[in-house]
Amino acid sequence: MVRIQREDFDVAAEIARLTQGRADIGAVVSFQGLCRDEQGQLSALELEHYPGMAEAEIGRIAAEAIARWPLQGLTVIHRHGKIAPGENIVLVVAASAHRQAAFEAANFLMDFLKSRAPFWKKEHRLDGTDGGWVKAKDADDQAAARWTQSPPD
Amino acid sequence: MTTRLIYFAWVRERIGKPEEDVELPAGIETVADLLRWLKSRGEEYEHALQYPDVIRVAINQEHVEHREKVAGAREIALFPPMTGG
Repeated sequence: MVRIQREDFDVAAEIARLTQGRADIGAVVSFQGLCRDEQGQLSALELEHYPGMAEAEIGRIAAEAIARWPLQGLTVIHRHGKIAPGENIVLVVAASAHRQAAFEAANFLMDFLKSRAPFWKKEHRLDGTDGGWVKAKDADDQAAARWTQSPPD
Repeated sequence: MTTRLIYFAWVRERIGKPEEDVELPAGIETVADLLRWLKSRGEEYEHALQYPDVIRVAINQEHVEHREKVAGAREIALFPPMTGG
């Protein structure tokens, strides 16, 4: 399940949604990405996205994960709009019979979300000035590339 | 055929509009051709597309390379490298 939304999400509720009433799930890995302020100058991050493509692209990444690992459930939620430091930005929950598939699928999802999901972060500073657009990191592209270099068996 | 161009983040800010409908002139075959043509349309485009290699492109909401053909594209989006997650 993929959701793009302005509102916050509840991690426990999202995990429960995947596991409730099932006995075949042995492992759930959740990753929660938050808005971080390293220098104490950030008032908010503004996340712009490409409506339509954001859902479609994350759907394609999720489908790839489902094809590569035996998952019993997968949830991806990505927020947009203004997000204050400490607030949630993204959630990935992967459920599987065993932990390895859940860990790897969640990791894969995050690497590809970073480099392929059409979202852009702009910084708003506490002093009211525009902190500019966050620059993409080469390390994020490299993190995504490693999944094609050495596919898991 | 009319093609809708959509811009995001600093590409949108520099061009000064979120989207526009254009008639692609004859001879525009690939994404690279499109970027070269757009860049010649004025200062704001020149500013946004100064370094075409960094511009990411999606045709009909799917990522494509700059060598991709644009024939039949309804919607072409131009944006900087993504910073989601």
